[in-house]
Amino acid sequence: METFGSAGLLDWAGPILEGALVTVEMAVAAYAIGLVLGLLGATAKLSGIRPLEAVATAYTTLVRAVPELLLIIILYYAGQQALNALLQSLGVEAVYEISGFAAAIAVLAVVEGAYLTEIFRGAILAIPRGHIEAADAFGMSRGQRFRRIILPEMLPNALGGMSNIWLILVKDTALVSVVGFQELFFVTQQAAASTRSYFVFYAAAGAIYLVMTMASNGVFNRLERHVRRGQPGV
Amino acid sequence: MDYTWLTNPVYLAYLWEGFINTMILLAVSGVLGFVLAITLALMQITGPRPLAWLSRGITTVVRGTPLLLQLFFFYDGVGRLLPQIPGVREMWIWPILRDPFFYGILAFTISVGAYAGEVIRGAMLSVPRGELEAARAFGMSRFKILYRIWLPHAIQICLPTLTGEIILLLKSVPLVSTIAVMDLLQAANIVRDETFLVYEPLLLIAGIYIALTMVLTLVMRRVERGFPGVRPATQAPAKEEREAA
Repeated sequence: METFGSAGLLDWAGPILEGALVTVEMAVAAYAIGLVLGLLGATAKLSGIRPLEAVATAYTTLVRAVPELLLIIILYYAGQQALNALLQSLGVEAVYEISGFAAAIAVLAVVEGAYLTEIFRGAILAIPRGHIEAADAFGMSRGQRFRRIILPEMLPNALGGMSNIWLILVKDTALVSVVGFQELFFVTQQAAASTRSYFVFYAAAGAIYLVMTMASNGVFNRLERHVRRGQPGV
Repeated sequence: MDYTWLTNPVYLAYLWEGFINTMILLAVSGVLGFVLAITLALMQITGPRPLAWLSRGITTVVRGTPLLLQLFFFYDGVGRLLPQIPGVREMWIWPILRDPFFYGILAFTISVGAYAGEVIRGAMLSVPRGELEAARAFGMSRFKILYRIWLPHAIQICLPTLTGEIILLLKSVPLVSTIAVMDLLQAANIVRDETFLVYEPLLLIAGIYIALTMVLTLVMRRVERGFPGVRPATQAPAKEEREAA
């Protein structure tokens, strides 16, 4: 019999909070890798080298046209098999199981990296050309030019999009539960099924996700103020 | 890659049913969600305080939690409480309330309403005040101002963004496979279980989704072009052109 009561909520508080911690760790790691993928993708798209541009375009087009849930299922199994095939071709006989944690992070990073590529591309294009030419004229190396000019000038344009992707990523971590990975939503499902108080547990998990997203909003608002310091009218 | 199972009419029937259900979910929750979006936007802009707060609250909660969680909250959470209401099993609506399909539509409608509601609210606020004042000066009723002046102009402003929301909805539909609705992904899962093929059905579905996304984008471009005064979302190339000049 389903109940409205909160029976078992206390017993499950520990595992659920642990799941929430896993969700946060997963999201942070995937975001960090996704940012790198996004920067690489945007650089490839703007490089002017045809094959690189084609690869980056194929990456963003395909990933953004296929539903996240489907991608996660495909990449989760494909990653596992690809690694084993690679190991076997290297002569290693053992069938290696990737840890669910690493696979989940990799999959989420690949998905969000495609969206970040587009955001960074737009933000870099919005930098006035003269600034980049001026950096070249000062004799800055490519690394210096990126660190001193492109990155600080791009961030104010990109931060709005980056914050959106972070929020989408936090919510997309729930999809990893479908391949059996034990994060917040998966633990919640187990708790709800074992106590039969579905309503209470899903509402509680919703509250935890809400706290995460609202806290991130606060952090991103601060960051936005920081990267826009010195800009007029903010 | 083994696609011989595609010659089996049983599997084709699954895929067809999944495709039809995916389309129904997309169309019904798209339309209902759009109506809800306008309602939520109006509640925040013109509604009395409590209604505005209610709309803000719904929008914040829906946009701050995973859609998968919302789906299970409605299907498992609310859905399992309903039979405890005395007499509900005898009501005409009971067969609908037992159907996971209904909860899919419910969750998607609310999700579209919250996300598109914010988009439409922003667009409605950026319609020049003078237009609304002129309409009032012509003696139009509040309702007439809304559907003749305010909404058409607001939609004109945000149509490219709404296109993005519709594509996001399309890509959310596979989530219903987790509550055993027969959509494209669920059809693929059945084929996978019965044929022991890991990838082929999934890759086929991925291909279908890529095609659907492309078709939907083309259809919406056409709608955007047919809507007077809409600038299609081609901002990125425009920027490149400006910088090349």
